[in-house]
Amino acid sequence: MIEQVDKRELKRKSRRQLLKLAPVAVLGVFAFPKVSDRLITDGVGFSDWVAGKLFRHEHLAQTFSNSAVVPFEKFPYNGYDVLDPEVDLDKWTLTVEGDVQHPGEYTLAQVQALPKINQNTRHVCVEGWDVIGAFGGTRISDFLRLVGANTSARFLEVECADDYYESIDMPSALHPQSLLCYEMYGQPLDRKHGAPLRLQMPTKLGYKQAKYLDTLRVTSVLKAGKTGYWEDQGYSWFGGL
Amino acid sequence: MADGEEKNMPPAPEKRQLEKAQKSTGEIEAEKSVPAEQITQDEIAQTAQRGSPGSQLSTPPAVRTDETPIEDAEKVLTTPGTKGTEGTEDCKVLDQYSAKPVLDSAVGEMPDFVRAAYEHPVAIRLTHWVNAVALFVMVTSGLRIFRAFPSFGPKIPQNDFIDIPKSLTLGGWLGGALQWHFTFMWIFAASGVLYLSYQLLSGHYRTVLFTPKDIPGVWPMARHYFLFGPKPPATGQYNPLQKLAYTSTIGFGVLSLLTGLVLYKPAQFPWLAFLFGGFHLTRIWHFAAMCGFLSFIPGHLIMVALHGWSNFLSMLSGWKRDPEYQE
Repeated sequence: MIEQVDKRELKRKSRRQLLKLAPVAVLGVFAFPKVSDRLITDGVGFSDWVAGKLFRHEHLAQTFSNSAVVPFEKFPYNGYDVLDPEVDLDKWTLTVEGDVQHPGEYTLAQVQALPKINQNTRHVCVEGWDVIGAFGGTRISDFLRLVGANTSARFLEVECADDYYESIDMPSALHPQSLLCYEMYGQPLDRKHGAPLRLQMPTKLGYKQAKYLDTLRVTSVLKAGKTGYWEDQGYSWFGGL
Repeated sequence: MADGEEKNMPPAPEKRQLEKAQKSTGEIEAEKSVPAEQITQDEIAQTAQRGSPGSQLSTPPAVRTDETPIEDAEKVLTTPGTKGTEGTEDCKVLDQYSAKPVLDSAVGEMPDFVRAAYEHPVAIRLTHWVNAVALFVMVTSGLRIFRAFPSFGPKIPQNDFIDIPKSLTLGGWLGGALQWHFTFMWIFAASGVLYLSYQLLSGHYRTVLFTPKDIPGVWPMARHYFLFGPKPPATGQYNPLQKLAYTSTIGFGVLSLLTGLVLYKPAQFPWLAFLFGGFHLTRIWHFAAMCGFLSFIPGHLIMVALHGWSNFLSMLSGWKRDPEYQE
């Protein structure tokens, strides 16, 4: 709508309106690395908080028919350091500690004695690629019941033979599709995919799914700077899909 | 209006102002001024018959005795009071300045009217600039994220689609870029939601929304910009090509948010992924939305640089001085 406005009045009005844009200047704080580093870390923290709130135990990730699964050769090996930390599979045991009634060493046979789940699910890498694979293993929730874990604790921490480490929120660990995986494509997990035992969770990004599991800990307290190998460098801790 | 009735009433404001302005300048500006056009020759003749002292038809033009520039009189004729809203402030101002004794001494204090339009309410301006920053961050950090796997195909074998120079990206590495992306996605979304709610609730969207009736105007405008064709007359705040461009960006924004949601939480929104043709296609759509923005932004900036300094200022202050459109 065109109006006739006195020039001086127009200048006054314009100045007043320009000042109303002052809140935009707040974004200028992002130009200072010290402040922005803090803010974008908090931004990811906020996103994780929202993602945790939206997570639904009963909501299942999509599963696929056998024909949709990529051939085994096309399922990438991905590791942060070495692909084969030379785990002695014969002597291997899983150390269970923390807020559990029966801490100690558990053999692969004890894990495999629990009900076996087979699922074809999508493995999504934070880099942007994804593959649909065939996985077999035991529900983490079943194993936690076996060891008498306090499932009202907040986290499940794992340490790996290649010095990788991870922590997972308890609701995600208890999700019915979250596995202690010992099989891929109907075969025992091969060394480069994390033999003898790895995490497999279709509701989490690939980097959350630690391989070559060595120690499993139930806890409500995470040490700062020890929440996960990549997370400690800036990846989202929740890492949910 | 009956003749007798008219005689008992003061002349209509337009007429009175016209007469007074004529008196002070001694010239008829009927062709130049809007209100004068509204007065028919018949009405002037009637006024003359009643013996109105200002009538140019019955008396010869008065000799200009004062130093008032003719332009000032023109302004008097084109000021808002000439709409005939008697009793408004504008009218009083007019009367004050068109009265003869005041005119000589009051030139210095005379309001200096300009045409101006308050084009962009503060909500639009705020979201525009917040969005400008957010888009910059989303695109540059997004390119860094894409750089981690610059392909739309399988991981094995990996065929890179494009090599993005690191200098165009933000975040330093994938994790840093994700932090920027996951922080500014909230700012981008919030500004988008605020913008759209404001536009819809205020009805202001009508100035900018591209509708089918704008279609015929797109080609003449494009021909003017790109092929030096004749400039189509300005019909509103935005020309059809502008409406198309601005409305498209809203589409790109909605597309980038929805596809982004799928890429961020594919397991939570499988139906949305299905809508976009699956996870892989969603990633392509997300990239395409960015390409949409990237095709818009250079043109937008070039247009502002070439044609739109007053547009740039009005996106800051809301006010545009002397817009080229009429209503």
